Amino acid sequence: MATTVTPEAVEKTVYEALPQFGVEESEISRDATFEELDVDSLDLAELSQIIEDEYGVQLKGDDVGKIKTVGDAIDLVVSRAG
Amino acid sequence: MARPEHATALVTGASKGIGAAIARALAADGWHVAVNYRSDEEGANATVKAIEEAGGKAVALHADVANGAPDELFKQAEEQLGGPVLALVNNAGVTADGLAIQLDDDAWDRVIGTNLTAAFRLTRRAMRPMIKARYGRIVNVASVVGPRANAGQSNYAAAKAGLIGMTKTVAAEVARRGVTVNAVAPGFIETEMTKDVPDAVIEAIPARRVGTPDDVAAAVRFLASEDAGYVTGTTLFVDGGMSA
Repeated sequence: MATTVTPEAVEKTVYEALPQFGVEESEISRDATFEELDVDSLDLAELSQIIEDEYGVQLKGDDVGKIKTVGDAIDLVVSRAG
Repeated sequence: MARPEHATALVTGASKGIGAAIARALAADGWHVAVNYRSDEEGANATVKAIEEAGGKAVALHADVANGAPDELFKQAEEQLGGPVLALVNNAGVTADGLAIQLDDDAWDRVIGTNLTAAFRLTRRAMRPMIKARYGRIVNVASVVGPRANAGQSNYAAAKAGLIGMTKTVAAEVARRGVTVNAVAPGFIETEMTKDVPDAVIEAIPARRVGTPDDVAAAVRFLASEDAGYVTGTTLFVDGGMSA
């Protein structure tokens, strides 16, 4: 069953996922850009997959191309679930 | 990196010929094999039986890969074989020959649909468990036709050349996740699709013989193996020297 989407839950999922792409936990914040964190397009595709598995929310390549910051990603998932 | 335990290999079009030989070779190398078929259930069951008799694990799974999303096929493979699909061999292929000037839209669409579009959809789906596992092997069965001309097969040549192009780009996209994507390009192989090869053709092959499905399967087995972890984006010709 998909987990219920809340901003807090999605934030937790994203924060927990990023270190597996080599991001230092101390650098993660809502305002941090994926560029600063050295998170590339394949990492974002994988993050999208983790989100989909957890929440059943599908993010397409177009969506992912628009997001710049960690906060953007969280907000996008929350808005898609609503 | 070592192959995870209980890894499943999905081979499309594996009821006979090259696909069946590939399924047997991968099973002999320790993969649990999903033997996909479209219409030849008997052939698929015979492939599964041969694998089981040799001590391997396999299951026959029906799906027309050219139609519909491949989700169900992957789910069935993973459920029935007990592990994620970490190898995909896009082998299913059809021909509908004719000189380009006479080739109708249906013959074009059918060959591109099965040989190229279906391979892409399966590849896209297969990368999910592979990226997650940081391990994966995708092998596309292309052909010497594509890199080379073959009058009467513009659709088939386009599909197979497209498959080689797709192989290279997808390989570059996922290499850093431990997923390799390669192609094999068989030449003249003795199957139902190529029976009655004229003598003149055989004389044009440096090896002076047609290949066997096992010749192709051996190349796929290597590309799917742990040993081939640093080989990606390449096309291995199995053609008795035809392209040399």
